[in-house]
Amino acid sequence: MNNKYNPALFWFAVLNAVATFLLIGLGGLVTSHEAGMSVPDWPTSYGYNMFALPIKFWTGGAFFEHTHRLLASVVGLLTTILAVWLWLKDPRKWLTWLGIAAFLLVIAQGILGGLRVKWQLDWLGIPHGAVAQAFQVLTCAIALFTSRWWLDSSAEKQVAVPRGLRSHVLYVTILIFIQLLIAATMRHQHAGLAIPDFPLAYGKIWPSTSAEAVASYNAHRVEINNANPITAFQVNLQMAHRLVAYAIFLGVAAVAFLARKKLGGADGLTRLAWFWFALLALQIVLGAATVWWNKAADVTTLHVMVGASALLTGALWWMMAERRTQRAK
Amino acid sequence: MKKSLLLLSLGIFSALQLAGAADITGVINLKGTAPAEKELSPIKDDPTCSASYPGALPKTKFYVVSAGGGLADVIVSLKGISGKSTGASAAPLVLDQKGCLYYPQILAVQTGQKLIVKNSDTCVHNVHTVPKENAPQNLVQMPGGADLNFTFDKPEPFLKFQCDVHPWMFAWVSVFDHPYFAVSGADGKFTIKDVPPGKYTLEAAHRKLGVQTAEIEIKDTGAAQNFTFEIK
Repeated sequence: MNNKYNPALFWFAVLNAVATFLLIGLGGLVTSHEAGMSVPDWPTSYGYNMFALPIKFWTGGAFFEHTHRLLASVVGLLTTILAVWLWLKDPRKWLTWLGIAAFLLVIAQGILGGLRVKWQLDWLGIPHGAVAQAFQVLTCAIALFTSRWWLDSSAEKQVAVPRGLRSHVLYVTILIFIQLLIAATMRHQHAGLAIPDFPLAYGKIWPSTSAEAVASYNAHRVEINNANPITAFQVNLQMAHRLVAYAIFLGVAAVAFLARKKLGGADGLTRLAWFWFALLALQIVLGAATVWWNKAADVTTLHVMVGASALLTGALWWMMAERRTQRAK
Repeated sequence: MKKSLLLLSLGIFSALQLAGAADITGVINLKGTAPAEKELSPIKDDPTCSASYPGALPKTKFYVVSAGGGLADVIVSLKGISGKSTGASAAPLVLDQKGCLYYPQILAVQTGQKLIVKNSDTCVHNVHTVPKENAPQNLVQMPGGADLNFTFDKPEPFLKFQCDVHPWMFAWVSVFDHPYFAVSGADGKFTIKDVPPGKYTLEAAHRKLGVQTAEIEIKDTGAAQNFTFEIK
C-alpha cells in the first residue's frame, strides 16, 4: 500500500461527512419540534422494526424523530464502511485509528440517543448534541486527510502560517465548541426562550434574575410548544450565550484581518477566514431571528446548522494551516 | 366474623370523623390583565388534528378567566397533611385526548387513585409523563387503542403530561396523599368537601402565577376563603 490519493475513498469520506451534517440538521429539527420523545421505544419504533414502521405513523413529531433514527442508521453504516476501507487500504496507521475512533463514536452516539429515549433523561440530549458536533469534525477531518490536497507531496511550497495565528484559530474554535455546549444546554431545557427580546433582555442590558422578576417573566410567557417555566439559571445561560457569541465574532474578525495581513488577501486560508467571518455574521443574525420569531423551528434549526458549520470551518482552517506549515518547513 | 367487626369499626370511625366534617368554599380571582393567549398554530400543519377545527384553531389556556374575574384551573389544597390518601378506593379520573388536546388540562388526583387516559382521536399519541417525584412514563397510544391507566405513588404539584407527536398538547396533574383538594371551576369557585374540624394552612396554586396560602379554621359550619392572584 502506498500513500496515494484514492478518489473513491475521498469521495466516500465526503459523502459520510455530508450525511453527518444533514443528520445534525435533522437532529436539530427533532429538538426544535420538541419531538425527541415522540417515539417512546428504541431500537424499535412503536413496536415495529425501525426500518418497517408503516408510513402512516410518520406524522407530527414522530416524522422528525423516526427519520432522524433512519438517517443515523445510514451514517452508522457509512462510517463502518469508511473505517473498514481505511483499515484495508490506507497505509497511515494514525488515520486507520481515526477511522476506528469514528466508528466507536458513531456507535456511542447511537446508544446515547437510544438511552435518552429509554431512560427518559432530557439532559442526555446535551452530550448527544455535543458528540454530534465532535463526530462531524472527525468525519470532515477524515475527508480532508484523504483529499488530494492533503496527500500531494509535490504541491508547490506554500507560505507557513504564523504560530500565533494558528493558536488564535484553535482557541476560537474551542470557544465555538463551548458555545455549542451552552446552546445544547439551552435547547434541552425544553423551556422555550428564556429571554424573549434582542438586543436587549427584558428591556435591559442585563435582566434581573430575582425570584420576583423570574415569577413575573413566567406569568407573562405564553408558550405553545415549550411549556416548562424558565429559571434564573436559564436567563443567565442565554446571556452567557450572547456574550460568548460576541467574543467569537470578534475573534473570527481578528482571524480574517490577521490572515490578510500575514498571508495576503489572495491566500486560500485568508479567503476561508473571510468565509468564516461571514458565517459568524450570519449566525448572529440567525440568533437574533431565533429570538424575534420565538424559536420558530426552521430558523432555530438553521441556527444550529450554521453553528455546526462555524465549528467545522475553524477546525478545518486550523488543520490545513498546520499541514501547510509542516510542508513549508 | 373478625373481618366484619373490623369493617364495622372502620365504618363507625369514618362516620364519626365525617360527622364533624365540613366544606371549605371560596373564589379565586384574578387582578390585572392576563397576557393574550396564543393560537395553537402548529395544529394546521397536522392534517388529522386540523380536521377537528374547520373554523378557528384553539388557543392556549393558561389563564381561564370568567367575565367576573374568577380564575379557573387553580388547585386549592390543605397543606401539611400526609398519609391520608383514599386514592385506592376513589373513583378513577379520566384524561381524554380529543382534537389533539387534553381534556381537562388541569386536574388533581390522590396517590394511588387511578387516572385513565383515553385516545378519542384518529391519530397516534404518545402519553409522556414528566414528573419530578414519581417515575416517568412514556407510552404509545394508537387510535382506538386501549385506555392507559396511570397511578402515582408520591405527591407532587403539576406533574406534566405531554404528547411529543403533537408538541402543543399538555396537561398538568397535581398529586396529593389526602383527599382535601379541589380545582377551581370556570367561575373561579371551589369547594373542598368533608374536611375534619381543625386549623389548617390552605394553599392555592396556579401553574403560571405561583402559590398563595392562608391560615383557616374549620368548624362545624365549614369555612370560606377567597384568594386573589395578581399579574404584575
